[in-house]
Amino acid sequence: MPVKNFFATRWGIIGVGTIIGILAPLLQKLGNPGNMGICVACFERDISGALGLHRADVVQYMRPEIIGFVLGSLIAAYIFKEFRPRVGSSPIVRFVLGAFAMIGALVFLGCPWRTLLRLAGGDGNAILGLLGLIFGIWIGTLFLKNGYNLGRTQPTHTTAGWMLPLIMLGFLVLMIVFPQIPNEAKSGVLFYSLKGPGAMHAPLFVALIIGLGVGFLAQRSRFCTMGAIRDAVLFGQTHLLSGFISLILFAFLTNLVLGQFKPGFAGQPVAHTQHVWNFAGMALAGLAFALAGGCPGRQLFLSGEGDGDAAIFVLGMIVGAGFSHNFGLASSPNGVGPYGIPAVVIGFLVCLFIGFTMRKKAV
Amino acid sequence: MATTVDARGLSCPQPVIMTLDAIKKGKDKEIIVFVDTDTSKENVTRAAESQGCRVKDVSPEKEGYRITITKD
Repeated sequence: MPVKNFFATRWGIIGVGTIIGILAPLLQKLGNPGNMGICVACFERDISGALGLHRADVVQYMRPEIIGFVLGSLIAAYIFKEFRPRVGSSPIVRFVLGAFAMIGALVFLGCPWRTLLRLAGGDGNAILGLLGLIFGIWIGTLFLKNGYNLGRTQPTHTTAGWMLPLIMLGFLVLMIVFPQIPNEAKSGVLFYSLKGPGAMHAPLFVALIIGLGVGFLAQRSRFCTMGAIRDAVLFGQTHLLSGFISLILFAFLTNLVLGQFKPGFAGQPVAHTQHVWNFAGMALAGLAFALAGGCPGRQLFLSGEGDGDAAIFVLGMIVGAGFSHNFGLASSPNGVGPYGIPAVVIGFLVCLFIGFTMRKKAV
Repeated sequence: MATTVDARGLSCPQPVIMTLDAIKKGKDKEIIVFVDTDTSKENVTRAAESQGCRVKDVSPEKEGYRITITKD
């Protein structure tokens, strides 16, 4: 029998949720934006901005947490002999799902992780986001019950599994070669924000080390915020959900201790109060995550253990962030962007099309 | 005879859906599930046990695992 993986036990996943719940508000204390200690969607959007894929000047920063997530997972996967390079399960569909997941998340202004962190920080608008997330995932489970799947992966060359980790390593090198220069919006090839959330960040190496740690633990525990809700709805299983709940609980307690808990709806950091679109944006994201088989964090951890299809989803999200800001789809604290609403509608149509048509039984 | 489920190459939650289907619908007392990741191994084992089944054996095989589940 293979050695039992402690992190895959009930206490393991609760422990990992607890650690993330404590570290995220701490990252906020160390400089990250409000209720955004960790936000996979926001941070990938900031990376997109740092690379100049969009030019929204308030959200440009090469977030070391994301780099750490992928590399931490890669390290864990190698240590525990779980690195399995694999590709070929509908990569283009995953790319499109990633792009629309990002578009939906940026209408709400956060990924599932940030939904929990916003709740834990007292942001009432996140209640609508959470309900939307559950609704979107519930639609996804209906497709899953009816045979929806993206087909099988194939084992492949190690190199293929290394592509996203190497890209992340490349991003880290860029950050070190072209560090932020005070009052300069550009350093070498990288864009930096002078104001707004993109200008708020914890010190590089602290963020990187926390990212590596979270990536390592999440790879071991299979922590997934979408899976938490999906498994509860689909199978009545509460394994992943217990990690999800411990994250909210400990983020809430940590926020109380750090004086970061501020209940209310109006004036919450990087948030708007258009309830319908908070709900609908996150419903779109939830559906896209459910169809792609993992929350945005989980997609990073899977990429680290060699899943080339999850890597394509990640790239879809980064490109989706470019579209979001270039096309005016993303919300701001003033409300939804000029084209945000039609984008959510189109996103739903695309996801439903994928869900209804990709039902060939796996052979 | 045992029912065989080949969930190799499939991502979450397919291996669990297929295993639960085999447990609920299959007539055989024994179900053998092939998976190719540790995550699927853990998920399938957990799901089978939640259905009151016994996981008789988990053995490494090629690029993955062979899980033997018995129904009571």
